Amino acid sequence: MGLFILRRTGVMILTALCLTFIVFVLTNLYPNLEKLAKTQGNFRMSDEAVASWLDKNGYIAPMPVKYGQWLGVVPGWTDTDDEGKVTGRCIAGAVTAEEAAKAPSLCGIIQGDWGQSTRFKKGVSEIVAERLGNTGFLMMWVLIVMIPAALTIGILAGMREGSAMDRSLSTVSILTTATPEYVSGVIFIAVFTSSTVGLKWFKGTATSAMENPTFENFTLPVITIALYGMGYIARMTRASTTEVMTAQYIRTARLKGVSFHNIVLKHALRNALIAPFTVIMLQIPWLLNGVVIVETLFNYKGFGWVLVEAASNNDIDLLLAVSVVSVVVVLLTQLISDIGYVYLNPRIRIS
Amino acid sequence: MEPLTWTGSLAFLNPILQILLLLLAVAILLWLAASILLPETTAKTNADGTMSLSAGPRGLATAAVNFTFMGAAGVAALYLVLGVFMGPAAGITGAISQQLAPVWISLILVFAASIAFKRRLGLYGKLYDSPIGMIGFALVMFWVFTGVYGALDLIVTHDPLSQVSGMKNKVPGTPMRGAEEGDYQWYLLGGDNLARDVFSRLVKGAWVVVQIAPLAAMFSFMVGITLGLPAGYYGGRLDTLLSFLANLILAFPVILLFYLLVTPEIVAAGVPNYMATVLFIFPIIFIGVLLNSRYYTRPKLRNPLLTCVLGLAIWIYLSLVSTGGYLVEAPTYKIPGLPAFADLFDIPGGILVVFVSVVFVNAPTVFRIVRGLAMDIKTRDYVAAAQTRGEGPWYIMLWEILPNARGPLIVDFCLRIGYTTILLGTLGFFGLGLPPESPDWGSTINDGRKLLSIYLHPALPPAFALLTLVLGLNLLADGLREESLKD
Repeated sequence: MGLFILRRTGVMILTALCLTFIVFVLTNLYPNLEKLAKTQGNFRMSDEAVASWLDKNGYIAPMPVKYGQWLGVVPGWTDTDDEGKVTGRCIAGAVTAEEAAKAPSLCGIIQGDWGQSTRFKKGVSEIVAERLGNTGFLMMWVLIVMIPAALTIGILAGMREGSAMDRSLSTVSILTTATPEYVSGVIFIAVFTSSTVGLKWFKGTATSAMENPTFENFTLPVITIALYGMGYIARMTRASTTEVMTAQYIRTARLKGVSFHNIVLKHALRNALIAPFTVIMLQIPWLLNGVVIVETLFNYKGFGWVLVEAASNNDIDLLLAVSVVSVVVVLLTQLISDIGYVYLNPRIRIS
Repeated sequence: MEPLTWTGSLAFLNPILQILLLLLAVAILLWLAASILLPETTAKTNADGTMSLSAGPRGLATAAVNFTFMGAAGVAALYLVLGVFMGPAAGITGAISQQLAPVWISLILVFAASIAFKRRLGLYGKLYDSPIGMIGFALVMFWVFTGVYGALDLIVTHDPLSQVSGMKNKVPGTPMRGAEEGDYQWYLLGGDNLARDVFSRLVKGAWVVVQIAPLAAMFSFMVGITLGLPAGYYGGRLDTLLSFLANLILAFPVILLFYLLVTPEIVAAGVPNYMATVLFIFPIIFIGVLLNSRYYTRPKLRNPLLTCVLGLAIWIYLSLVSTGGYLVEAPTYKIPGLPAFADLFDIPGGILVVFVSVVFVNAPTVFRIVRGLAMDIKTRDYVAAAQTRGEGPWYIMLWEILPNARGPLIVDFCLRIGYTTILLGTLGFFGLGLPPESPDWGSTINDGRKLLSIYLHPALPPAFALLTLVLGLNLLADGLREESLKD
């Protein structure tokens, strides 16, 4: 088991390295750097001005060197201007040469320095930590709503295959998987918040939910994400429940005279929940997509909003941090689902 | 011109429909309650030895649901049927129904022909045994026909891009200001915030989806199959490497990938062109290997066949990837491709980027499915028999394993088209790829959502259109799965 986790961690680090390198290469293509220079300097910069700005800010070095600087295995760039002031990756602002000599030469993510955001003019780790908190809160509520609802629907539908209950609940779960967040979100906003329909039960934006989440401003974002993910989990739960309900030991329990109620709750439930556990864990990275859409739609400034801001402004350090976080989420959930599967299902042992 | 109401002179049907819908809702609730609370209907043996099901309250509830549903559906159909003949006199629904007349005729023809010959049509014919599958297929074909006829300008009422002064954000059914003789007199679904006709944009948007989604799903399948079969069949190092690459792409959040691939700067750097050049090779490899592995024992047939098919495929491939004589045309350098006179068609840059990134996102999932299926099927007896016969590995993969994996693959193909539609919508929603005035549903939803609290009509029609198309594809996949499991 220890070796298995160790190997998976190795794969995880390798994947994260490859992935960040791809992001790094794409964000460091010259047209992207040119755009960055123009948004940071001014939009009417000439080509020479762009080149000198990029040179001054350490963007001209070869790709592997720059990637090494970001990782923290190659010394960070420094640049001395005409007045002898030194700027550099590891130096905050422009300082004199003596002060620059005191600054550490290596500063990358290995040293715990995630760099500076060009969009927000703040440290990347600070931004990501703050925004992840917001999204974590959103995700927590999504999971609290989604998992019990999906499992209940799946088990109710699967316990009597082909019944009226099964057919209507299965239709509902197909309908929710067919409704992407931007469709259900728009429909919810139209029905529950607009003055045309006139219900006005909820608020159409969740901006105020960042400080003060209430039922009124937080319900729609949570429901919108939960609904899309719910259908898939419910269908998987239904499939696994129908399979368990045809098992031999359920038939034995029935013949023994156990009530249907007890069969479902005491005999079938625990075995029926093994497969959905894996599905739920693997669904979490998918929720990240929904988070980006919903945060844009409801103007909730979380991790997804940072992703959109960083990507549309070519904020290299921030984008890299965002991809590291998301790849860690993806691979960590995979790892948990594998370990949990073994733990829940004693028939499988990792050899 | 008077503004149109929703149902016009058919308004007398409205209360009937309302009552029927209310009854339907009550009946469904009763049906559900009965299925939970009451015991199951039991068969009882009669004195003469026959058996009958007792018609208890549960049977009554089921009948009530059936009858009220038929009633409501019948009245709804009446709006559409009368609308085809009455046109705008039957309100907005009538006018739309009349515009869609070619779609209705095609749907009726397809369904009549298919039901008549369903026993001879294989899996497709069996679809008509499952009501769910039929509903799904009808929804999908509705949008396919709408898209195709919309592209032929049969359905659209106005130019989807032209702006008419005074029509900004007007509600559905508003008469067009300054309409001339021969112009369509109304904005059937109203105007959007740039005073364009919502209905025509909706129909044109269907064409964007019908054009890209099935083709992108097909390319993803070709890439996924060409790489997934050897990975599953050979296993070992190849499998480890390909699976690692697939997992790498899958570990990207889709939206981050889209932002990285589809921004104008990346397009200017030529990255999508490189990706298109690589990705579009796979169908050629696929077709070439498919034919070669089958006919290599008969060189007389194989040589002309392969020359023709591959020649054509490579020509199409080169026309596809080269634009204006160049494969990649970045500001600083150029890679020459097919000269312009031999170029069959040009794909607009925006569409190519969208297409490539959608294929790129979908292919790894297909790869994993095919790999899993291949690993499962390669242990079967008929594969062992083929190996003993001395067949080559590619023959076994493409002519033994692949046909036997078709069931799950066809089902996944339907789901994948739906997912591709969702991805296209996502791209439009973030304003990536397609030009901003493009009528595709995602962009239209994105435009409409900004004024959603005041004007509902620009955003809701494309939202429902996307919903019904994806729902149709999901139902179709469900029906196919059910029917393919039966035999």
